[in-house]
Amino acid sequence: MNAPTYNFAYLDEGTKRMIRRAILKAIAIPGYQVPFASREMPMPYGWGTGGVQVTAAILGPQDVLKVIDQGSDDTTNAISIRKFFAKTAGVATTTRTEEASVIQTRHRIPEAPLHAGQVLVYQVPIPEPLRYLEPRETETRRMHALGEYGLMHVKLYEDIAKFGHIATAYAYPVKVAGRYVMDPSPTPKFDNPKMNDCEALQLFGAGREKRIYAIPPYTQVVSLDFEDHPFTRYRQDAPCALCGAEDSYLDEIVTDDQGSRMFVCSDTDYCETRQRDGHLGSESAPNKEHGHG
Amino acid sequence: MTTVAELPAGFADKVTAAQSTFRAVMDAMARPGRICKVAAALPAPAPLMPAVAAIALTLFDHDTPIWLDAAVVRHREVGQWLKFHCSAPVVEEASVASFALVADPARMPALDCFALGSNDYPDRSTTLILQVASLTDGAPLELSGPGIRGTTALAATVSADLIAQLALNRELFPRGVDLVLVAGDEVVALPRSTRITAKGG
Repeated sequence: MNAPTYNFAYLDEGTKRMIRRAILKAIAIPGYQVPFASREMPMPYGWGTGGVQVTAAILGPQDVLKVIDQGSDDTTNAISIRKFFAKTAGVATTTRTEEASVIQTRHRIPEAPLHAGQVLVYQVPIPEPLRYLEPRETETRRMHALGEYGLMHVKLYEDIAKFGHIATAYAYPVKVAGRYVMDPSPTPKFDNPKMNDCEALQLFGAGREKRIYAIPPYTQVVSLDFEDHPFTRYRQDAPCALCGAEDSYLDEIVTDDQGSRMFVCSDTDYCETRQRDGHLGSESAPNKEHGHG
Repeated sequence: MTTVAELPAGFADKVTAAQSTFRAVMDAMARPGRICKVAAALPAPAPLMPAVAAIALTLFDHDTPIWLDAAVVRHREVGQWLKFHCSAPVVEEASVASFALVADPARMPALDCFALGSNDYPDRSTTLILQVASLTDGAPLELSGPGIRGTTALAATVSADLIAQLALNRELFPRGVDLVLVAGDEVVALPRSTRITAKGG
């Protein structure tokens, strides 16, 4: 009845070997996109097939897995991927950032600082930061080879010329270890500083585009900018309505059709931890049950 | 002629042993200079060290041409063992190898004999697996670069000549070879991004 139909963590061992070799190269050349033979996964492209393949290749029985989607542990994408690995690898799962050894993420970096024992796996839709500026792979590859990133600075400059400031708000380009310009995946630029000198290993998987790249721990990650237009973080100017946090990245939630809205932490674990610790926001119900995971 | 039945066995549990070995190597590559233990190290045909055998079973297959140094080639059983367990083609031309197994680093060819990758595809390079006498009893070296907070110390037994070659290898970045040093069941990685200097020098 319950005979194992899949290999541990779904992928066959040959595929894992191929991905593992790509991961080692990616770590050795920080920010460089290593091509790999991405497999068809039992979910559509765009649902995190790259991240899932990287996670499947590194995951072991002793790992504790956390999966977030836009900071949340309980959205469809996060739940389905968490259940996928609970089923195919039998690993323990958690929603607590500090308890996880492997965290797969779509579009956010957790608010709680990551520690040395952790690996953060990003789901990446378009790994090539220059792709919207230069559609030809042969040309972007040559630009990376030559370290020729003038085009990216022109793009940021055009932002300033049009809007008066760098209007790029997510997937904000970074330079890794002084060499490769890299797409941090569509994380808000609020999260960019967390990638710099991070204690945890950061791995990036793009399934459809068939690329794996990495930032080793304690690696310099610099957001591109200009001397007179330095990089700035952006955050809605409000405390979280549920936990009162003034330092977290916020989601805007429309609450009716009269224009009412509230701002809440996008990182649900961070928000719930603060609520458990007694922090309250303007919308906190005094008798409300804590947590919903 | 050794028959297949006489060859040393591979991993008892392929899946978990390969996973734990990979995580040790990944950890080593992400944190250059850190000594990582390969728990699934296994008895292998001489002169392969236990961790080298585990790494071979974890990363080698039909897609990865393997280059063996003279000290390994001498032992025909090693080639048979690699072929049987990994199906990896053994090549004589070092510049096309994905991995190189070096049992006698003192006599290994210069690093630029191996695949260094191209500027377009720096990942198409050789990963050298070097068996060394010790990871802790050599002359002190200072490492810095990605994966290292500030600087870290390493005292693996590697020759001054190799250190000089690695300095040139660093200058080629993003091209270059990556090294995995092995002693017994422990590994240390020196990816191409690491700067190595003799301590105090």
